[in-house]
Amino acid sequence: MNEAQRLVELTPRLRRYARALVGDRATADDLVQDTLERAWAKLHLYRRGTDLRAWLFTVMHNVHVNRVRAARPTDTLEDEMPELAQRAPQGDGLLVRDLDRAIARLPAEQSAVLLLVTLEEMSYEEVARTLGIPIGTVMSRLSRAREKLRAMMLGQAAAAKLKLVK
Amino acid sequence: MSDAPITEADLHAYADGRLDEARRQAVEAWLAARPEESERVADYRRLTDGLRGAYDTVLDEPVPERLRQALRPRLQLRRFAAVAGWFVLGIAIGVVAGWQLHETRPAAAPAADAGAAMAYRAAIAHVTYSPEVRHPVEVGADQEAHLVAWLSKRLGAPLRAPKLEDVGYSLVGGRLLPGDSGPVAHFMYQCKQGTRVTLYVRTEAASNRETAFRYSEEGKVRVFYWIDRKLGYALSSADISKDDLFKVANAVYQQLNP
Repeated sequence: MNEAQRLVELTPRLRRYARALVGDRATADDLVQDTLERAWAKLHLYRRGTDLRAWLFTVMHNVHVNRVRAARPTDTLEDEMPELAQRAPQGDGLLVRDLDRAIARLPAEQSAVLLLVTLEEMSYEEVARTLGIPIGTVMSRLSRAREKLRAMMLGQAAAAKLKLVK
Repeated sequence: MSDAPITEADLHAYADGRLDEARRQAVEAWLAARPEESERVADYRRLTDGLRGAYDTVLDEPVPERLRQALRPRLQLRRFAAVAGWFVLGIAIGVVAGWQLHETRPAAAPAADAGAAMAYRAAIAHVTYSPEVRHPVEVGADQEAHLVAWLSKRLGAPLRAPKLEDVGYSLVGGRLLPGDSGPVAHFMYQCKQGTRVTLYVRTEAASNRETAFRYSEEGKVRVFYWIDRKLGYALSSADISKDDLFKVANAVYQQLNP
């Protein structure tokens, strides 16, 4: 009963994470739905007194990895991914669309670490537990994810400057 | 520890505000002499702010009904148990009836039997879901493209939700159902007066190529059903006449075979 209530409370956070992870709303909510259904069915495996949020994100991560794996044969996303050329003419915040594209270019294991650290504000230890990886791996994936996104951001800024100069 | 060398991990922990005071100061002093590294860490922070700014709005969105439904499986379970019970009963009746048919009419075509079983299942699905006021469908017509893509993927066949406005019905949405040989797509339509018809679509064994329209009455539910290439269809209603239902069935058939 308490866990069920907590699952309801955590649903908006699952949705935020899923949206950042997969981009479009319907697919993100599909992921959340699969996660909730699975979590509900497997709730007896959750150990009371441990961190339910971490457990739930573990479930979501596994569901996501399985979905990506299942979708791969027909997934042409990588081939068709457009270059990151579109950027708002002004304003220094990244557009959501740009972020969606940039995150989609990261390997799933890197985006998971990045989003758990930044959006969920999990400690590095919590991330390690949630994803079942050593903390050193958390740090190296976080570092790689940030460097890649930063390179994309800088690439865009450079492109925007070129346009302005011209 | 604050005089230990500054590592890459320290820089991330600094950007994330996870360092204790002594270590934070050590990193700051280190960065003060290194403008490029300092700029890099500032970019990491901007990136985090960008992510929060872009996705935190999701937290304020109302949670879609289907996600709230996902956490009420007990209720659904009872409903599915009821449907499953009917299925078992249906199969039992089918077995007995089939056996009797076999005794008296050994030439009965298997395709017709399969079709009749489908009509029966479609009728159960119709009486189960069409009276629903709050949750008639899993995915509403406002997400039609997603609905059709999802159901197509699950059935492993390209589906379409026919447009029935010409005969007075508009799409309410649809759901996925368990069938006896795999997933089934269930579309619901409604006319202005609120009368509902449901279209039950399942994949067919390759041997069942094509049939004409067949008609069946299952209790109060009228069903037209047919098989067209790889898919079997059953259109059900409890509220409109056989003639009117036939018009809708014809419209469905025309739409799917332009």
